[in-house]
Amino acid sequence: MHSIFKAPLAALAASSVSIAAAFAGSHASSLSGELRIISDMSNPAPRAVMEGLAAEFDEMHPDLTVELEIVDREAWKTQIRNALSANPPDVVNWYAANRMLPYVNAGLFMDVSDLWAEPEFEALASTKGAMTIDGKQWGVPYTYYQWGVYYRKDIFEELGLQEPATWDEEVANCQAILDSGRKCYTIGTKFLWTAGGWFDYVNSRTNGYDFHMALARGEVEWTDPRVRQTFDNWRQLIDMGAFIDDHQTYSWQEALPFIVDGEATAYLMGNFAVAAMRDGGLDDSKLDFYQFPVINPDVDYAEDAPTDTFHIASAAQNVDAAKEFLRFVTSADVQTRINSGDALGQLPVNAGSSIGDDKFVQQGFEMLSNNAGGGIMQFFDRDFPAEMASVGMEGLQEFMVFPDNLDDVLARLEDARQRIYQ
Amino acid sequence: MGSEAARLERKSWYKRNEIAATPWLFLIPGILFFSIYVILPIFQSFWISLHEWDGLGEKVWVGTANYERLLGGDRKFEVSFWNNVRWLILYLLAIPAGLFIALFLNQTVRGIRFYKSMFFFPFVLSQVVVGLVFSWFYLPNDGLFDVIMGWFGVDIKGGVLGNPNTATYGIIAAGLWPQVAYCMILYLTGLNAVDPEQVEAARLDGAKGWKMLWYVILPQLKPATFIAFVVTIIGALRSFDFIAVMTNGGPFGSTRVLSFYMFEESLSEFGFRMGYGAAIAVVLFLLMLGFILYFLYSMWRDEREAR
Repeated sequence: MHSIFKAPLAALAASSVSIAAAFAGSHASSLSGELRIISDMSNPAPRAVMEGLAAEFDEMHPDLTVELEIVDREAWKTQIRNALSANPPDVVNWYAANRMLPYVNAGLFMDVSDLWAEPEFEALASTKGAMTIDGKQWGVPYTYYQWGVYYRKDIFEELGLQEPATWDEEVANCQAILDSGRKCYTIGTKFLWTAGGWFDYVNSRTNGYDFHMALARGEVEWTDPRVRQTFDNWRQLIDMGAFIDDHQTYSWQEALPFIVDGEATAYLMGNFAVAAMRDGGLDDSKLDFYQFPVINPDVDYAEDAPTDTFHIASAAQNVDAAKEFLRFVTSADVQTRINSGDALGQLPVNAGSSIGDDKFVQQGFEMLSNNAGGGIMQFFDRDFPAEMASVGMEGLQEFMVFPDNLDDVLARLEDARQRIYQ
Repeated sequence: MGSEAARLERKSWYKRNEIAATPWLFLIPGILFFSIYVILPIFQSFWISLHEWDGLGEKVWVGTANYERLLGGDRKFEVSFWNNVRWLILYLLAIPAGLFIALFLNQTVRGIRFYKSMFFFPFVLSQVVVGLVFSWFYLPNDGLFDVIMGWFGVDIKGGVLGNPNTATYGIIAAGLWPQVAYCMILYLTGLNAVDPEQVEAARLDGAKGWKMLWYVILPQLKPATFIAFVVTIIGALRSFDFIAVMTNGGPFGSTRVLSFYMFEESLSEFGFRMGYGAAIAVVLFLLMLGFILYFLYSMWRDEREAR
């Protein structure tokens, strides 16, 4: 009896497996060959995360060999072109939004819209817009982090100040800080991009997310009175002497000692700066975070939250494995693990993930989930096209040092806009 | 006679033309690589400069549009060009400075070799290290230079490298430090070759001080001066490393030179406008060509006189 039943059952089981395999295509453990990944996660903690991911994926698929190459993060920004065009790997790291555009236009990134059509990807909807160009998606996000004002809680308490919610409070706070012989904000603009963060915030708070993105797309003139309003607001702080002196000679790291030593009380920065400030001796009783205050009450909060991504090269050899890897890194539990406090210490993109118990990560998650109704910006140098970003950030730096040159700066940016977006 | 002609005929082609062909045989590897790696890229750059190209996709023919934009009032280009001129002129200060240090060190005192090597030391350092050291030297508030200027009541807003009016001069001064050492060593070797009999004769005729230097020593140092001039001009055009390390072209682009601008446009993080970068390269090449032709001409003239 048993033997009679067994055979058909086994056959049925076998066929169902093969059917499942046929349906799933790349899904199951049928992956084989070699998966080549080039990653730019070269800092110590991210590097450990990436190596862990590769090893785990390799173990999950016995027939598949994962070959991981880690490249210096800064160097990768210029190497990616060569890497993608000659003997391309299967999977690479890059950034969302306009930074993808040259590779999408050159046909070097693979269209992964089919992945985004799968139900699991609905959990990533918040970044779908940043991954979309021409109505298709070109990669998947694995982490992002908030920007905001990191400030010296102990000094605020000493001066009896509260976290400001409006621009007037911000300015009043700053005046009190200046009166105590300190500077309000530290910043290092030698490499320009830090000034872009200030512009993103002042402009989106003054004119709103939609206006900011229209400016990024080149649809608004730089000499527009609304843009001038942004600079007027910004100038209020500059004229007060709110920023540290000589910031054009410092990198963002060289600007850190000012807040660590208490010569300046706040730093508009991305969450990645927290680790360095903690190393400098600022524990949670001294360091805190607030959302950039409202300037124009009629516009909703928009936040800078740059997203880091994985992409498949269009000339990838092992597309099935590459797609499976993208599914793997976007799954809720993997994103929970890689973004936890002892790993990347950032925010998972997958809505089903849970976040680390770090104070700043939680505040950032709360802010981005509930208090960023305007929209998520990817940061000045990712939202604006490359050439506009480089001309623009140089102008922003000049404005911060010589605010009287504003007319000249804006005329120059407008010139550049007319040429670049034509 | 007949047997002689037959013997010649029996010789291979190479044997018959040995004298004429051998130099070319030796030159072939050099010519080959020089053409592939130097001559060909010059024409390629020129070709690329007539296109708009991001380095990845298709090249789009734009004719002379890149040049029209470059020469028709691109402010970055103008700033870079004038900075190049500043570099070329001020860098030449290395020649007299090197000469005077060499004259000063050209004496027999106990331990003179040690002093000479100390003066030569900066030339041994990598340009990146020199740039870094000077950028610390120039730091606002804490830097030694700023402290010294403070004693005289001079305050440079933003520090030397943070102020667009002083930044380029600050970098040139950093570049001069090793370049003076280089010129010094050239003159020291030159001074060894100065004919003591001529100096003696001049002394008998009553020449001393400046007159001795100008009419007797300097003419004998002419070859050293020529080499010092060549290496200094080349050094001034190779200012890229100092700028990249010390200011990265800033503040707001005021320390760019043409080579740095070319790099920014074509190869940097926000660059990849190959056509425009190539157009800058072509302009830079034409500027350098002027110097190259001058050097070639003077060398040719000297050789002809020597013959």
